[in-house]
Amino acid sequence: MEFYRKLQEFKSFNLQSYLDSIAPHHIEAILAKDNVTELDFPALLSDAALEYLEPMAQRAATITRKQFGNVIFLFTPLYISNYCENTCRYCSFACTHNIERRHLSPREIREEAQKIGDTGMRHILLLTGESSKKATLEYITDAVALCRDYFSSIGIEIYPLTEEGYGRCVAEGVDSLTIYQEVYDETIYHELHRGGPKDNYRFRLEAPDRACRQNVHSLTIGALLGLHDFRKEAFALALHLRHIQNTWPATEVSVSLPRIRPLVQDFALPDPVSDKRFVQLLTAFRIAFPSVGITISTRESKEFRNNILPLGVTRMSAGVSTAVGGHSQAPSTTQFEIADSRSLEEMKRDLLRAGFQPVTYDWNSRLLINS
Amino acid sequence: MNDDLIIAGKPIRSRLITGSGKYRDDRIIKEVLEAAECDIITIALRRIDLDRPDDSILNHIPEGKILLPNTSGARNADEAVRIARLARAAGCGDWIKIEVINDQKYLLPDNQETLKATEELVKDGFVVLPYMSPELATARRLVDAGAAAVMPFGAPIGTNKGLRTLDLIEILVEEISIPVIVDAGIGRPSHAAQAMELGVDAILLNTAIASSKDPVAMAQAFKMAIRAGRYAYLAGPGAQSHNARPSSPMTGFLRDE
Repeated sequence: MEFYRKLQEFKSFNLQSYLDSIAPHHIEAILAKDNVTELDFPALLSDAALEYLEPMAQRAATITRKQFGNVIFLFTPLYISNYCENTCRYCSFACTHNIERRHLSPREIREEAQKIGDTGMRHILLLTGESSKKATLEYITDAVALCRDYFSSIGIEIYPLTEEGYGRCVAEGVDSLTIYQEVYDETIYHELHRGGPKDNYRFRLEAPDRACRQNVHSLTIGALLGLHDFRKEAFALALHLRHIQNTWPATEVSVSLPRIRPLVQDFALPDPVSDKRFVQLLTAFRIAFPSVGITISTRESKEFRNNILPLGVTRMSAGVSTAVGGHSQAPSTTQFEIADSRSLEEMKRDLLRAGFQPVTYDWNSRLLINS
Repeated sequence: MNDDLIIAGKPIRSRLITGSGKYRDDRIIKEVLEAAECDIITIALRRIDLDRPDDSILNHIPEGKILLPNTSGARNADEAVRIARLARAAGCGDWIKIEVINDQKYLLPDNQETLKATEELVKDGFVVLPYMSPELATARRLVDAGAAAVMPFGAPIGTNKGLRTLDLIEILVEEISIPVIVDAGIGRPSHAAQAMELGVDAILLNTAIASSKDPVAMAQAFKMAIRAGRYAYLAGPGAQSHNARPSSPMTGFLRDE
């Protein structure tokens, strides 16, 4: 079934009263079993579960070590264009803001790629704003082709494409797609994204299915934490994950849990997520989805990232600049505030010190395409 | 007594094969391999940087070992074949462990695609060791296709659950003429010993060593358990029975007439 329809089916489900009904013995039973069900996951997000944060953390750490070992995969994002036609109220790249717009030329993309490649990083994530007129599909596939000279694995985090568009990206060497629904609640989604191409909720929601149909090797999905009640959003995200796992079992799936840090002055975060609640969310995902990768962004501070490392994290960004051209040129407007500005070298050193192996090479798109 | 394991005509002294993933630090791999005394090391080609092979995990693998690259990341036969050929081109030799997985949740192998890849790679001159679901019909087809061994799982990868597929593996041991290597699921030395006692030819394991608090000591423990299991198999264990059998039988007074 299409995911949009599946999500509709849960509209009548009263999550709040379900969460209120969870008692300590429910949590104990969930923590004692091997297979966590669709409704066990939100139970782990209940207030009752907060009392079990330590056993949840212990369980999450054990699962992570067994499933992934002591390994953290690293990647670096590369912003190539910040032209945008959207009006996302929390984003400093929205077209309503009068900021310096930049668009890297092929030569500039090479310079940035070279600079990042020189650090030893082999996984790159290309990012653009949503402007199919400026950052056209061709512009993006050209950027991918350029990046193949510097990186073994290329991901994209761009506006949602048609199935054909994803097919062209995969053929050019893209092996992973990152796309956040931003907010799963459809009403709030429309409130936050009025006008602009992003207004099409369903087109974005079903983008991962279109990419998987085109054989993308790995996929990261997520919701921006802070825009709406995190339990409701996490529940929808978990349903999405399960849908992907059931429909596309061969795809390597990760989930990303970004607590957003807007740089937009007149936007107050509606539902901020505390550190404690964040740990609850992270460990609940790990317990419910043992095989799924979990990405933590540089929006979290260095100290906090170090502390949550053993609790389920498998992927992190390092050496990050969220400005277009930020690796080789004078910085322009950044998309969001980075709380962890460690270089790749510093990150590797800190990970080793904490007992983790930093991995900057885990995939080569050449393993799958004819190049 | 010479009890070498023979794979593709090559004598192998050690019946423990281990991997190289999941470690805190790649530098420990060398110590683990020394403690395990294994002759064959498996390694995921996806972890060997094809453009910079000198800068990879290969640096931590001692000379003189047989490298067994695996096709981790392959979702079908075509991808497995492609990865195997890239492994050979990257200087990893002709041995290949086929791993075709199209379910990321359970990481169980796809026997049908595995068989297809085996057929193709054998024709291409590879020594093929396919990772498989323990199932007799496929195992026989893999033998016919020219596989050098079959590698059934004991339990899903990384679960450390032991020999959950025991009965099926016993059937393979009885029926299959090429080496049967249990690959995946072995979590404790006792699991490994149990498999070896049954007549399994070798054990491939990684997580149980890599995720242990002391991987070097755990490698030694596995080495010894696998030897113990092998000796017991060769010695021929006594039959088991549900009831006790008295060592002074009740009919001992009867004399041959």
